[in-house]
Amino acid sequence: MRRAEIRRRVIYVATIILLVVLAFTIDWQQLQQSFFQPDIIKAMFPDVILIGAKNTIIYTTLAFSFGLVLALFLALMKRSTIGPYRWFATGYIELFRGLPALITIILVAFGLPLALGIRIPGGTLGKGTLGLGLVAGAYMAETIRAGIEAVPRGQMEAARSLGMPKSTAMTYIILPQAFRIIIPPLTNELVLLIKDTSLLFVIGTTPLSKELTKFARDFMTSTQNATPLTVVAFMYLLITLPMTFLVQRLERKAGKGR
Amino acid sequence: MTVSAPPIEIEDLHKSFGELEVLRGVDLSVTTGEVICIIGPSGSGKSTLLRCVNLLEVPSAGRVLIEGYDITDPETDVDEVRAKIGMVFQQFNLFPHLTVLKNLTIAQRKVLGRATDEAISVAEAMLSRVGLADKRDEYPIRLSGGQQQRVAIARSLCMNPDMMLFDEPTSALDPELIDEVLDVMRALADEGMTMLIVTHEMRFAKQVADRVLFIDEGVIQEQGPPSDVLENPKNERTRRFLRAVEH
Repeated sequence: MRRAEIRRRVIYVATIILLVVLAFTIDWQQLQQSFFQPDIIKAMFPDVILIGAKNTIIYTTLAFSFGLVLALFLALMKRSTIGPYRWFATGYIELFRGLPALITIILVAFGLPLALGIRIPGGTLGKGTLGLGLVAGAYMAETIRAGIEAVPRGQMEAARSLGMPKSTAMTYIILPQAFRIIIPPLTNELVLLIKDTSLLFVIGTTPLSKELTKFARDFMTSTQNATPLTVVAFMYLLITLPMTFLVQRLERKAGKGR
Repeated sequence: MTVSAPPIEIEDLHKSFGELEVLRGVDLSVTTGEVICIIGPSGSGKSTLLRCVNLLEVPSAGRVLIEGYDITDPETDVDEVRAKIGMVFQQFNLFPHLTVLKNLTIAQRKVLGRATDEAISVAEAMLSRVGLADKRDEYPIRLSGGQQQRVAIARSLCMNPDMMLFDEPTSALDPELIDEVLDVMRALADEGMTMLIVTHEMRFAKQVADRVLFIDEGVIQEQGPPSDVLENPKNERTRRFLRAVEH
């Protein structure tokens, strides 16, 4: 007990010393010059919100919606009694979880037109959200499947014994309960997806279709300064932190309710 | 459908789970309005027998006829047959995301195609019947076990079943909550409902059953009126079982 107390104090003192040393050795002027230049910050507004943040949110929303629908079908297929459905779902999920998201995005944007002559319409919006949604669908499919399996078996039995066909029981009894269970992990997937929209820079975008990261990179190139990064970092946190808090609250609530 | 067809007719029913043969040839004919209590040691196959009647378990061999329809025939619309058979589970299995009222209306609307108003008035009538009219807007989690089980019975009754299956309906209940459920079941029996009840409540079986089945090792070992099976068992296994549960 006393030794633990001593160790604790040593760590506190060491931390304070480290901070003091850092405070005196860091070149604050330099730091401010590179990361917090007020002129650059001013120049970035309002476009960083009206273009960057707006597009990030639009891409995320579309990719998430598409991914969620895809994931629901994959999850149901993976639980099907029909072999080929199961095989397809398993293959799909393993493939897209195994590939880096960046590869999938490049494949959709450049691979498909080259290989098959298929052109995905809608520019970054179309190609980007399709690529991201394909990946998100694979991850969320496993989440949804776990949710369905977390609903007690008796629920399906009760529904079937009331004469409900399987699809009716799934729609009205099982899925509503499954989604309630998986709201926290799904929100997590959403946060991951928000950050993954930063990969869309590879598609090469028009000035109006830039999301936050592309927006910052272009600004960095023209200003030769890292301040734009700081600004978009804050923008990302502004979007993701409330969601992370939301997940924590939901998880606490779910822990209490059940 | 022949009018005279018995509600439940079971012929040489077998059920195996992998290597394990749980039912080894059960024959049973249930007449309209008959109340049958099924007793037996745990693992004897009594719940499996019940679950084969509405095809929650698919029999390995043999036939199950409900009002003359062979439900083991792949051509039969199982959902239609199931809607006629009420089932009450040990764990109640109410839908926790729906209010009591919605628990009672959802199958009426989605299976029987009743209009919402009609479904609600049926549900309210059934809730008063089990003495829980004031709980219509509660969620199941707010109810006691006994209340949940009465709601579960009401939920089945909303479908106007021709017969009811009860799978150990009081086994998950605290002792002081058992009677409220048994009272509802007794009332049902008095109204002439055809009932198949797996139970450990010997006193209830004695009072309510027209016939008692003793099942062990996957076959009906002994059956007859409760006064015979429960009070003067002929089979040695039945005697041993009854002695064990009395203590």
